Amino acid sequence: MAYPNAELLALANETRATILERLEKGPLTVGEIAAGLPVSRPAVSQHLRVLEAAKLVKEEYRGTRHIYQIDTTGLLVMRAWLDRFWTRSLDAFAQEIDRQNQQPPAPPSP
Amino acid sequence: MTPSAIPPVRKSIRVNAASARAFELFTLGMHRWWPAAHTLNQGKPRETIVVEPRVGGRWYERATDGTICEWGNVILWEPPLRVVYAWRLDGSWTYDPNFLTEVEIRFTPDGDGTLVSLEHRNLERYGVHLERARAGLDSEDGWMGGLRLFAAQFE
Repeated sequence: MAYPNAELLALANETRATILERLEKGPLTVGEIAAGLPVSRPAVSQHLRVLEAAKLVKEEYRGTRHIYQIDTTGLLVMRAWLDRFWTRSLDAFAQEIDRQNQQPPAPPSP
Repeated sequence: MTPSAIPPVRKSIRVNAASARAFELFTLGMHRWWPAAHTLNQGKPRETIVVEPRVGGRWYERATDGTICEWGNVILWEPPLRVVYAWRLDGSWTYDPNFLTEVEIRFTPDGDGTLVSLEHRNLERYGVHLERARAGLDSEDGWMGGLRLFAAQFE
């Protein structure tokens, strides 16, 4: 998909954000996603392919329904990274307290 | 998906300081211990980290050349027991005043030390926010690529 200008690109981003918000309420078919959106079903399908490539959406067949749902993979990768980030930060915090505790007490003022 | 599908990050550590001292070091004294490798200011050498000690107070990093990288702001300021920060760095590690995840830190007295508990929540917002903010959306790599590039600085 190529966008001739930044405006159209921004609109596409907003549409994909709306699609994600809808899917956060539960899995949907393409038709259900497109209903009430001012974009065609083929356009919705294209947006879903981009979201799948970004690991934000995944598809599956449930009986006869071809549904799309939120893919938490990418978000869980982010969470795992933040988990390590905060572990390192808190360790550094605790070490600074220990470092300060080990400093000799200041000599009494003359 | 419900928001609980992405659980918050929860960490805790016991430190050898009373809660008032721990609170002050975690807020006003953040520049003394925040890892140098965790600079979010495009790799520029850090001069200081500023936490303005009030609700709505700014939270930012300043490089030695004076450039500022905003991280967020203070949402709740309750010394010596609790502080909540708004962490507004999105999935591409760019400050966005409209992006909000919360980092809550509690300081619980534990003998002559303090149990410091941290929770970083609302992480599901990274998904929708990325789609709103990011240009060049057609790249297959998307924000996962951005995350890998950023992580490579630290790993």
